Amino acid sequence: MSLSRRQLLKMGVVGGASAALTGAAMAEEKPVAPRDAVAMLYDATLCVGCKSCVVACANANGLSPDTRLDPLHQAPADLNSFTKNIIKLYTPAPGESGPYSFVKRQCMHCVDPFCAAACPFHALSKDKVTGVVSWDSDKCIGCRYCQLACPFETPKFDWDAFNAKIIKCEFCKERLARGQEPACTYVCPKKAVIYGRRDLLLREAHHRVEKSPGKYFDNRVYGEVEGGGTQVLYLSAVSFDKLGLPNLSADEHPSRWLRWQERVMKGFILPIGIYGVIVGFLKQNFREHDDEMNDEHKKTGLLPQI
Amino acid sequence: MGNHDEHQKLGTIGEQLRRAGIPRRDFLKFCGELMIAAPVGLAITRKAWAGEVAADLLKTTRPAVIWLHFQDCTGCTETLLRTSKPGVADLILNIISLEYHETLMPGSGKQAEEQLHSAMRNYAGKYVLVCEGSIPTKGDGIYFKMGGKPGTQLLEEAAAKAGAIIAMGSCASWGGVPSAGDNPTGANGVSDLIKGVPIVNLPGCPPNPYNLLGTVLEFVRTGTLPELDNNLRPKFAYDRVIHEHCPRRPHFDSGRFAQQFGDDGHRHGWCLYKLGCKGPDTHAGCSVRHFNEMPDVWPIGIGAPCVGCTEKGIAFNVPIFERASVHNFTPPATYPPIATGAGHPAHIATGLAGLIVGSAVGAAWTAAQRFQSSQEGAAAHPPDPPKEPVPAGTAESGDAPKQNGEGA
Repeated sequence: MSLSRRQLLKMGVVGGASAALTGAAMAEEKPVAPRDAVAMLYDATLCVGCKSCVVACANANGLSPDTRLDPLHQAPADLNSFTKNIIKLYTPAPGESGPYSFVKRQCMHCVDPFCAAACPFHALSKDKVTGVVSWDSDKCIGCRYCQLACPFETPKFDWDAFNAKIIKCEFCKERLARGQEPACTYVCPKKAVIYGRRDLLLREAHHRVEKSPGKYFDNRVYGEVEGGGTQVLYLSAVSFDKLGLPNLSADEHPSRWLRWQERVMKGFILPIGIYGVIVGFLKQNFREHDDEMNDEHKKTGLLPQI
Repeated sequence: MGNHDEHQKLGTIGEQLRRAGIPRRDFLKFCGELMIAAPVGLAITRKAWAGEVAADLLKTTRPAVIWLHFQDCTGCTETLLRTSKPGVADLILNIISLEYHETLMPGSGKQAEEQLHSAMRNYAGKYVLVCEGSIPTKGDGIYFKMGGKPGTQLLEEAAAKAGAIIAMGSCASWGGVPSAGDNPTGANGVSDLIKGVPIVNLPGCPPNPYNLLGTVLEFVRTGTLPELDNNLRPKFAYDRVIHEHCPRRPHFDSGRFAQQFGDDGHRHGWCLYKLGCKGPDTHAGCSVRHFNEMPDVWPIGIGAPCVGCTEKGIAFNVPIFERASVHNFTPPATYPPIATGAGHPAHIATGLAGLIVGSAVGAAWTAAQRFQSSQEGAAAHPPDPPKEPVPAGTAESGDAPKQNGEGA
């Protein structure tokens, strides 16, 4: 079969147009939280650091206390296989002025979760109604890609266990199913962390910022757009960077790249193509090798030894 | 004597208090103390305020109590009498009708024996038997005798007719001091020997007298005993671990420990855990209900570590200065910093890793060079081809000279 110049040009035009269209579609598309997405709003200026939420979380999730650093206390150094929720303290460095601040860290339940995007077997998935990101032990192969993918360093691997698990906050989904709120928001004596629908909590957060301008860092709610948005929202007097929350732009979310990947892998076209190229190379090499051997044989009269 | 006569004789608590001239105000204070000692778990204190508790108790018939001593130090009796406000001991003795008590009764010998037997007869099935001290069983009970009878027989007789038995103190609960070590007298607690009668253990060395009063009053008012735990201790007084309500708990959570007796930390009232305090192991209400109605009158309050006297197998078994195990871990008063992650590799580690990688790469490069040169050498001086067997005589002339000759 031979292509005329006209046909070739036509194909080029169609291909270019479709590429431009998909590109335009991608640029517009932003991750959107489910309509009834649940959320938490943590206001660091209200938190008194009582750690009730740390204890309540461990009790609600049946986690044994982490006593590895302090044999007398439940004293985790960070989120780990014993700890799905932790209160940390930011203290200004010597010579630096500014307020102290507590920060509550747990899974952010991203609107577009990095861990679920990285998971090759969909062991981590986002609930379509509540938006809770949870882990399924039946599908997990223990590759820990989720740990590497998460910009918040949240999923933790149970290194000591024989049948290891990925440990992370799952928004107390059993409690939600029973009509209760998560243990940490339920127990908080200062209502520094509250539970509700994401859109309502966002409105509440903006209201707080508007009511006292200058009180909160950047007059901004962390988690509204960062990394495509999260379902755990933060208000703080000190910069989010100092609280260990990474600087993520609004369009740094995994579905941008994931969409390309899906397109390329559709119908297994790319692997088949790559396989074809490799086979072609191999055939070519074999042919060259055979020719070379024949030449040698003709030249020296020796039988090929390989 | 019939039931009617018995009721007439004992009367209600209210009648007795009026007869003894005890002011209502004192009784109200007592009821308030009782509510503090047993805030939950007792029907008699589940009221809005002390007045309601008092109104309820004043209508109650006085409980007949028979108090037997076995291998004891009388410390449990002393704790009942050593209440700081002078009126309270009187009050207690007017609330209960103490029918027989060897330390407190004036009579002795035949008189005392007669009183014991008449009380057991008159209040059969109704009286509360309080036992103090452990009961020796070795050598047919020869280590303890009263009225010619060994302790085991005495206990069996008194227990058979009792409405309920209260084992007062650690010795009566499970052997206590006399059972420590090799247990030379075969000392046992009441619940080890008696079956079929409701038994309440009130361990402690000594126990708080309000625990006894709460249990006795609950029994006479409702006819039932309070809810018990696995060791037969009433939950209203023994459901919590001392550690949970300890006034020195903030020192524990902040890591401020007295390291030895008399050191700076000890003088400042820091946590006694490292001196062997058994607070984390011991179920008792001591940390909220101090003795003698005086604040801080209890072991930890005066700087002495808890020995765990209310816990079976701890006091008199575990060395006093041995550290207890914490069962319910809670967060400390300290916080982890924001960045506790991986940190940065040390310079020397980076250098070592570089050295290892560098030498591996260098070795590979050298090996590759040598391999290449050996290949080139082989190409420059090919090995002699294998010689084909040729007939003799023609062997000297090779192919090439022949061809040359032909060509020439």
